[in-house]
Amino acid sequence: MSDHDYTPSSKFGKWFNDRLPLLTLGKHLTDYPTPKNLNYWWTFGGILTFCLITQIITGLVLAMHYIAHADLAFASVEHIMRDVNYGWLLRYVHANGASMFFLAVYIHIFRSLFYGSYKSPREIIWILGIIIYVLMMAAAFMGYVLPWGQMSFWGATVITNLFSAIPFVGESVVTWLWGGYSVDNPTLTRFFALHYLIPFLILGLVVLHIWALHVPGNNNPIGIDLQKPSKDTVPFHPYIVVKDLFALLLFMIVFAFFVFYSPNILGHADNYIEADPLVTPTHIVPEWYLLPFYAILRSVPDKLMGVIAMFAAIGVLAILPWLDTSKIRSAVFRPLYRQFYWILVLDVLILGYVGAMPAEGLYLLVARVATAYYFAHFLIILPLLGKKERTLPLPLSLTEPVLGGSVAMSAAKHKSEKNNL
Amino acid sequence: MSEKETKVNRRDFVVTASYAVGAVGVAGVVWPLVDQMNPDASVKALASTEVDISSVEPGKSITVLWRGKPVFIKRRTQEEIDKARSVDINELKHPEKDEDRAANPEWLVMLGICTHLGCVPLNDKGDYDGWFCPCHGSHYDTSGRIRKGPAPTNMEVPKYEFINSKTIKIG
Repeated sequence: MSDHDYTPSSKFGKWFNDRLPLLTLGKHLTDYPTPKNLNYWWTFGGILTFCLITQIITGLVLAMHYIAHADLAFASVEHIMRDVNYGWLLRYVHANGASMFFLAVYIHIFRSLFYGSYKSPREIIWILGIIIYVLMMAAAFMGYVLPWGQMSFWGATVITNLFSAIPFVGESVVTWLWGGYSVDNPTLTRFFALHYLIPFLILGLVVLHIWALHVPGNNNPIGIDLQKPSKDTVPFHPYIVVKDLFALLLFMIVFAFFVFYSPNILGHADNYIEADPLVTPTHIVPEWYLLPFYAILRSVPDKLMGVIAMFAAIGVLAILPWLDTSKIRSAVFRPLYRQFYWILVLDVLILGYVGAMPAEGLYLLVARVATAYYFAHFLIILPLLGKKERTLPLPLSLTEPVLGGSVAMSAAKHKSEKNNL
Repeated sequence: MSEKETKVNRRDFVVTASYAVGAVGVAGVVWPLVDQMNPDASVKALASTEVDISSVEPGKSITVLWRGKPVFIKRRTQEEIDKARSVDINELKHPEKDEDRAANPEWLVMLGICTHLGCVPLNDKGDYDGWFCPCHGSHYDTSGRIRKGPAPTNMEVPKYEFINSKTIKIG
């Protein structure tokens, strides 16, 4: 990195920076050379940071009013909604914020899949991202349990029971998770403690995620390696900062729409009924962002195999950098991969849809086909495609496609830029 | 020279012994942190419950809470008993004789928890006139045995005894 020899201009700045080089870090972050062709799909990293901070802040203040006790939790949530000043707003932002967080993370992940951002040398960034994603699911699941409604209780029962599929020790593990013989007060209090902890683990991993990103630098829509810094890059500030903020503004409009106009549309009415261990709701469904995995779980007729398939659906993502054998990153230059990519998007949407439907008849058949395709995409299609596919020629730099590939013109432009300065 | 290098000396022994003592110490500290999550004394204290069954009519069932879990106590009709006892045991997914599940054929006592993922099955529903789990579609017969669907085993029969003709003690 070129800014290691940075010297602050003020005397105090220099004194401070010699002792703790925070200003060097700040300089690195503002100057960070970023590919100048990044499109709006690249703004979701910033949007996700916003989502995480929103969840931490609203969660902190909700925790000042929430009571983690099986007899009091449900009433304390209604207390937040009716009595606490702006409690309704804080809770709706927090609850819908979880959905917005997942919306953004799915776009972020699928952007990575399209442009091959997970490939060498960015495997560690990708794996850290998958760990963050798994922690997000754990945090969201435990958070959904806290209001202690019917869906909270039965969602917790179904998900913790997944661990009972483990051979031999399954039952003991589930009893240990519950702290009893069913989901009850001990389960609620520990879920609250963990729900409070996980966002800070995520925050730490986000720092590592960004650190790992800043070693090779951003991938870009063309997917070629760039000289950094060069005429193919712009400094992070102000160029990317302003673009990220504009995208964030648009995202916040969507966010605000849910919070103010349909705050309950992404939840389940059953969760406004207090938890009752004697009555299971007729149709248990997880939150929308977990539906594809729920569909995979239910599509396998065997309990243990279903649980394995569900976890494997996430695990297969972690080894994706080694399953995709193609050296070309961007789908722009992979005509066949591009088509399979969109089939995968459709496949995941179908899984999400059938995950919300009863597991019977045609829905079950569709879920099974979609599950098989999901695994085939990663385990069969991607490894073969890298070897068989005829990719399109890559440009040498970002300016080349703009200037028609003329080296002379590129050089001329470079010269005129210099003259303008 | 290489012989001298590979020879285990006093320092290697001290280092290895230190690691070993350290590992035991860490394990000793971690165990209380793990075990505190297991059921505590107050949870275990509620291990048994007594139920008055004198008001249950034939063909009806009641649901009681035991260790936070629902327990079905069903007073079966002769027709339901016959149905449960006439099944060929070899065609069951989890072969268990009805005689072993209900020592007193009139009374079936079992945990009302689907063995798939823990939902509470609905009474008098499903293809086998027993129970049906709405969560993922498991069908149980009049003996609470799994007949169709994803659940791996029959509904569990807890330890229970008749204290007298009107009272059952579960646990």
